[in-house]
Amino acid sequence: MAMSPRKRAQLVRGVQYGVLLLAFVVASFVADWEAIGKAFFDVGILLRMLPDVVTVALKNTLLYTACAFAFGLVLGLLLALMRLSSVGAYRWIATGIIELFRGLPALVVFIAFGYGLPIAFGLQMPGGTLGTVTVALGLVGAAYMAETIRAGIQAVPKGQMEAARSLAMSNSWAMISIIIPQAFRIILPPLTNELILLTKDSSLVYLLGLSAGAAELTKFGRDALNVERSMTPLVGIAICYLLITVPLSIVVRRMEARSERAR
Amino acid sequence: MTEPQIQPGAPAIEVRALHKSFGENEVLKGIDFQVDNADVVCVIGPSGSGKSTLLRCVNRLEDPTSGDIFVEGIKITDPDIDVNKVRSRIGMVFQQFNLFPHLTALRNLTIAQQRVKKRGTEEAVAVARRNLEKVGLADREDAFPAHLSGGQQQRVAIARALSMDPDMMLFDEVTSALDPELVGDVLGVMKQLATEGMTMMVVTHEMGFAREVGNKLVFMDDGVIVEEGVPADVLSNPQHRRTQAFLSKVL
Repeated sequence: MAMSPRKRAQLVRGVQYGVLLLAFVVASFVADWEAIGKAFFDVGILLRMLPDVVTVALKNTLLYTACAFAFGLVLGLLLALMRLSSVGAYRWIATGIIELFRGLPALVVFIAFGYGLPIAFGLQMPGGTLGTVTVALGLVGAAYMAETIRAGIQAVPKGQMEAARSLAMSNSWAMISIIIPQAFRIILPPLTNELILLTKDSSLVYLLGLSAGAAELTKFGRDALNVERSMTPLVGIAICYLLITVPLSIVVRRMEARSERAR
Repeated sequence: MTEPQIQPGAPAIEVRALHKSFGENEVLKGIDFQVDNADVVCVIGPSGSGKSTLLRCVNRLEDPTSGDIFVEGIKITDPDIDVNKVRSRIGMVFQQFNLFPHLTALRNLTIAQQRVKKRGTEEAVAVARRNLEKVGLADREDAFPAHLSGGQQQRVAIARALSMDPDMMLFDEVTSALDPELVGDVLGVMKQLATEGMTMMVVTHEMGFAREVGNKLVFMDDGVIVEEGVPADVLSNPQHRRTQAFLSKVL
């Protein structure tokens, strides 16, 4: 049977769509829509979550993430510069910190700062919950961002530093005013991805035992789950997470498309 | 740190017994030569002959392995010297332009003036505009490098170096990355600089420029200076066999 390549491609594509459609139809017949509606989409429960899910939980998630990201970005830049330093000790210290906090699960870091420090040194993190989240989550973020920033700095052509130095700029001035601004332009997409990861990891703060006013989305959802005997609260907080992360993803895609065009 | 003192009457650039190795690879094998004030010295030679490395040693972008370099009588190979003090007297222009892509043409010219020469914004902008005008780009001061042609970028790069008020300029194959029709503008700017009395050391493949503008020609091959002299003489009557072989290929 002779079939032109174009015909065959059309047939293959048609079959794939058909299978997908079939699976969808079967699933929708088999599923118990009433049970699903009650368990996941109980509008009464969703309305009861308002306004606290936004004014408390969403606000706290954003606050924890923003503080941790800001701290992580500054520390990450510092670690990246230490990694690139000509002083051996700086390089070793930075490598140690990066490997440690990149290698440990964020959960373990949270436990270490929330419970380990008080037990070991009788120290409470200053700033309470927010302070602990900022440092613990910030360190994890910094470990990842340090490597991204280092790669960004190394991606700036060598001639830029040579041009700056030949204009008699000191090494640090050249870094600050010439190299680092260009590096950040290169790594904006991966840094935004890191922000999305931190947004989700901020849920780990529940370990610290939060008061109602300090609850973020995940903790808020779990508490509501216990009260409501329905999965609907999870859907509610899922929507809130997506409200943060999807726009960020769109921004990243736009930036990538723009840098692709500029090339 | 010793404060460098310019020696009046000293040659602009003096190089003595300069050696430079990259690992096992010896690129400069004992270079002695001199650039006097207001000289335009053109350095030619096959690729890999060490001419760019020599140029880059003069403002310490490369550290010589041994030998000495004096700039206006200051021994810049002295490890205790403040290399930034010396560099601010030496302008350098690169083959790949190396403009700062995140800054406008004007800002490319003002940033080092403000950071290094501690000039106020007003003065820095005035100097920058004067130099942009000199290279014929007064109307492009707000353009970013990506929106300028190669020839325009290179002229901005020359203006950027001039804005530091250097006593001498180093040119490292500045027309080699340009489309042929854009070479003339850049050479024109360089020629004008030469007539104004700027001391210039020019690594180039432009034999016409070397003949017309240069007052000294240096031919390098395999890490040594093979022949030097008045450009017209060297170009039309090369004494050394290696110079003859090179010129027969490029002329």
